[in-house]
Amino acid sequence: MSLLKDFMNGLWNEHPIFRLLLGMCPLLAVTTTAVYGLAMGLATLFVIVCAEIVISLIRNFIPKKVRIPSYIIIIATFVTIVDYTMAAFLPDIAEALSIFIPLIVTNCLIMARVEAFASRVPVKRAIADALGQGVGFTWGLVLLAAVRELLGQGAIFGFQILGEGFPTWGIMGLPPGAFISLGIILAVINQIIRLRHKRTKEVS
Amino acid sequence: MENLLLLFAGTVLVNNFVLARFLGVCPYLGVSRQVDTAFGMGLATTFVMVIASVFTYLIYHFLLIPFGLEYLEIVAFILVISSLVQVVELFMQKVSPTLYRALGIFLPLITTNCAIMGLALLVIQEGYQFIEALVFALGAGVGFTLAIVLIAGIREHLDIADIPYALRGGAITLIIAGLMALAFSGLAGVV
Repeated sequence: MSLLKDFMNGLWNEHPIFRLLLGMCPLLAVTTTAVYGLAMGLATLFVIVCAEIVISLIRNFIPKKVRIPSYIIIIATFVTIVDYTMAAFLPDIAEALSIFIPLIVTNCLIMARVEAFASRVPVKRAIADALGQGVGFTWGLVLLAAVRELLGQGAIFGFQILGEGFPTWGIMGLPPGAFISLGIILAVINQIIRLRHKRTKEVS
Repeated sequence: MENLLLLFAGTVLVNNFVLARFLGVCPYLGVSRQVDTAFGMGLATTFVMVIASVFTYLIYHFLLIPFGLEYLEIVAFILVISSLVQVVELFMQKVSPTLYRALGIFLPLITTNCAIMGLALLVIQEGYQFIEALVFALGAGVGFTLAIVLIAGIREHLDIADIPYALRGGAITLIIAGLMALAFSGLAGVV
């Protein structure tokens, strides 16, 4: 039961992007199209799951004083694996994401979860947490990317959705569009949470 | 010389690290409540950027390439950066306590600032020479400082403004950042 709770936490209550505001750089940079968002999300998911497993397994052997450098090396190892695997099998996507794949290593989301969670709990719970955070991060990326792709190119995942006559918003593919659309999505989510709070208060 | 000046101006204004390349967005959103702290963060980041670019450049060209170890790039760079931050912290504590007191609290945060790591990777990717790398690092730092100080100035005024509930916190900051990015993209023709 608690495993399920650890997993679900990442999907909404402690959502890495919308609630904790972690991992902003890759989120804003790669979400020009939904495919890139999905690829980035899955790459991060792989790294966070592997890192949390390994760190949870060896948590009792790492001296407290050198724990941060040790975590960084473990994370960097898995990032290297992802970097080379993607360059070999998905060269187009790897080129589009460019330096943001190696930069998974400085994604504060991974460091935060490893430090706050994986280094304190047994492997089972670490896996549940990593999956939850990874999937949460991925759906956040895909949501923002889908909004930007829909308004910027009239398509989602490359499928044309809005008709030919739709005037595409070029700004959505550029940095300002990324910042502003994420700001608006955050505001909408804040509002949803606020309304829910009100309702639960009224009921009780 | 002219090329270097162009590179500097281009990195500060046109390809601003935060607003055009999305590097260092976390401190940009997190440490920009007050102009003073934002300026301190900007200075500390610039300082570490310049030193880190020197070290990562030397390590890549004189250690990783001769031994055919390019695949260790990520591990080596992140280790260099995180230990460098610690060394800089200790050094400053001894040599200049005033500077340490001003910048000290920001230094640990810089390790996970993707702008530093991104800078090291970009220098390799763009194939810059040593001097170019230095100028690029300096421009990146100045650009970061400019962006974070500007947004901190705006956010100080927001404290007394009446903002709709849903927009408070991250949301309004992101929208302001978007407008700033829009303004900066107008500079694209300058360089």
